[in-house]
Amino acid sequence: MEALDSALMAARAQFAITIGFHIVLAAFTIGMANFLMVLEAMWLWRRQQVYLEVYRYWLKVFALNVAMGAATGLILEYQFGLNWSRLSTQAGEILGPLMFYEVMAAFFLEAGFLGIMVFGLRKVGPRLHFFATCAVAFGSLVSAFWILAANSWMHTPAGYGIGADGRFIAQDWWRIIFNPSFPYRFTHMILATFLGTATLVAGAGAWQLLRSADTPRARLQLSMALWVIATVTPLQFVVGDLHGKHTLEVQPQKIAAIEGSWTRPPEGAGEPLRLFALPDMNERRNHFEVAIPRIGSLYLRHDLGGTIAALDEFPVQDIPPVPVVFWAFRIMVGLGLLMLGVGAIGLVLRRKRRLYGTRWMHRLCVLTAPAGFLAMLSGWVVTEVGRQPFTVYGLLRTADSLSSVSKEQVLGATLSILAFYLVIFVIGLWVLLRLLREPAHENEPEPQPTIADETGRP
Amino acid sequence: MPSDDWIVLLSAAALAFSVLSYVLLDGTDLGVGMLLGGTRDATQRRAMALSILPVWDANETWLVLGGGGLLALFPMAYAILLPAVYLPFILMFLALIVRAMALTFRDHAGSDRLKRAIDALHSFASLLVGGCQGVVLGALVQGVDQQDGQYNGMGWEWLNAFALYCGLVLVVGYFWLGNCWLYWRTEGELHCRSRRQARVLALFTLTLLALLVAWTARLDPRYAERLTQPWLISPAVILASALLAGHYAGFRSRRHYLPLFCALGVFVLGFALMAATLFPLLVPPHLTLQAAASGPVSQRFMLVGFAILMPITLFYNTYGFRVFSGKMRPIVR
Repeated sequence: MEALDSALMAARAQFAITIGFHIVLAAFTIGMANFLMVLEAMWLWRRQQVYLEVYRYWLKVFALNVAMGAATGLILEYQFGLNWSRLSTQAGEILGPLMFYEVMAAFFLEAGFLGIMVFGLRKVGPRLHFFATCAVAFGSLVSAFWILAANSWMHTPAGYGIGADGRFIAQDWWRIIFNPSFPYRFTHMILATFLGTATLVAGAGAWQLLRSADTPRARLQLSMALWVIATVTPLQFVVGDLHGKHTLEVQPQKIAAIEGSWTRPPEGAGEPLRLFALPDMNERRNHFEVAIPRIGSLYLRHDLGGTIAALDEFPVQDIPPVPVVFWAFRIMVGLGLLMLGVGAIGLVLRRKRRLYGTRWMHRLCVLTAPAGFLAMLSGWVVTEVGRQPFTVYGLLRTADSLSSVSKEQVLGATLSILAFYLVIFVIGLWVLLRLLREPAHENEPEPQPTIADETGRP
Repeated sequence: MPSDDWIVLLSAAALAFSVLSYVLLDGTDLGVGMLLGGTRDATQRRAMALSILPVWDANETWLVLGGGGLLALFPMAYAILLPAVYLPFILMFLALIVRAMALTFRDHAGSDRLKRAIDALHSFASLLVGGCQGVVLGALVQGVDQQDGQYNGMGWEWLNAFALYCGLVLVVGYFWLGNCWLYWRTEGELHCRSRRQARVLALFTLTLLALLVAWTARLDPRYAERLTQPWLISPAVILASALLAGHYAGFRSRRHYLPLFCALGVFVLGFALMAATLFPLLVPPHLTLQAAASGPVSQRFMLVGFAILMPITLFYNTYGFRVFSGKMRPIVR
């Protein structure tokens, strides 16, 4: 049992590392592709050079990001077989087709037009180029659609039957794809990619305003990003609330872990909002709890007296690791509130016409540049750690999903991957910061500006 | 409506198409990558890197399709094969990340010294990727020990002479493809050198392949029986000779793509020979296509999508190639 446990932990860590790394790159691809699509549309419509200059500036970052995103995504397509072969045998007939469609309908669209989008500015006409940008942006959204369908199905399985050999068999594809939690998860994720990209672009625009002369390009980046932050953050709170309400119905343990609620309060007392606590899995209670009474009921039940199922109402072996879920949720919401504040300050300053001159606001934007993606990663920890100990919720346990690979190999691979990812993370971040240190210039060149003369028929 | 047996065969064909497309397309990119490290001249290296820069990502996507397709169409084979070749696969994915970074980040390196180091890394990664892929194919042909639908081995069965030899064959083959690509896409000294190397590598690859066929026949009596069938081996020999003749004739033609296409033809032939040897097995020694297949509902669902989307995909991928086609005229700043 001991050996299985550590092979299990190593395999879980490997999945967490590979997907945690990839998800940020993939989310940045989605957000940035759509940002670039809007910029190019604005350029074609208004014909103002500034849109094209900002487009080319971010296109360089985009090119590097997509390459890394594609390469780090490959390993995930095979993770299910390498480490989770029992899950693949059990649920392959349902998860496989969703991933297959993701490649067929999305990855090829993205990858096929990527070359034209990134290197083709001087090779094809502006309309065709815009079409390529749209195809990449659309492809990125479609890929999120399919992969979240697969992910959501594992949270809220539907439309399946169980065969004689115990395997899941597809029965109704419509119900499999549009499974109960899919609409919430998909919307929440897409908005998160927009917010993550927006805080980063706002940070870059603010940095340029702080560091160099006040240029229309820096203004455009800050302004567009702050519009997105101001409008999308409140929307994200609403969607998050709906997602939470739905989770309360389908995965009550997760919400109990988020709240750190070990026992149900007495009738009518309402749920407290725990601001701080150190949940203890062994003693099954919280240490150093700081809570405001009744506020929890307000967002859980939308009243002041309602309660939710507590952790002690579930079998011990069915509850997730509470401290991780509890804290990841607080980090996510805290960062969300921070972004809400940034968006609101942005609106006020814009109204006073001081958005481009208020240096403390620019510093704030630089500081909060990673906030969106950090919040997104925390959210992923909440939902994925919170669904433990199951891979297919309620039906297949994580411990029963593992491959029969030796502990040494899994552990060795996981540690190598961790070390390798740390190195490439540092290199990638260094190159990214070096690119962003330089502000967007007038007549900003695109990636490989000479490629039009170097390839193709002259 | 085709029967369920036909559905399984069509699914196998779709999967074979995806894997073969990957080997042909990314194999060429990897070959160019391998050659990058041995080239001194900065202008030549730029031509080489730039020739694959706009297309490598789309080419690599076929590997994702192969993975998704194997899981979706033959989940049992996916679950048995991958744990058996755990380390070569992990190594291959890490090397593919190095390749992606080296290719896209090289333009951001300030000095040519740094560029050379990056290109050397790119070469090493490409070699590793090609070698691992060959080892995986070798381990598959050799057979994977399984029990109750799960891999049942120690995890080191791939580390043997046959699988490593397969790694060598694939690496040499990718070198050949890389040279043929460069012969087509470049001019001047690089063009001439690529021709010289391709002409040597063609004979070398075919010799290695012939040895591989002989070795494969000795692995299993069923392989030997299949490989000695005249209906299989005589067309294969005739086709291989024709392709080799076409390859050499291609160098005298004004159509510079001919040698590459003949070399790709040899790869298709080798792949077909492997498939014919294994058929109806998917993961030897016992797992057949039928036994590994997912249910007909899942397979039909995917084949419909494949039939509709694949022609569109091929169309715009071809267009993407065409935009950046023609001879490279590298400029070093």
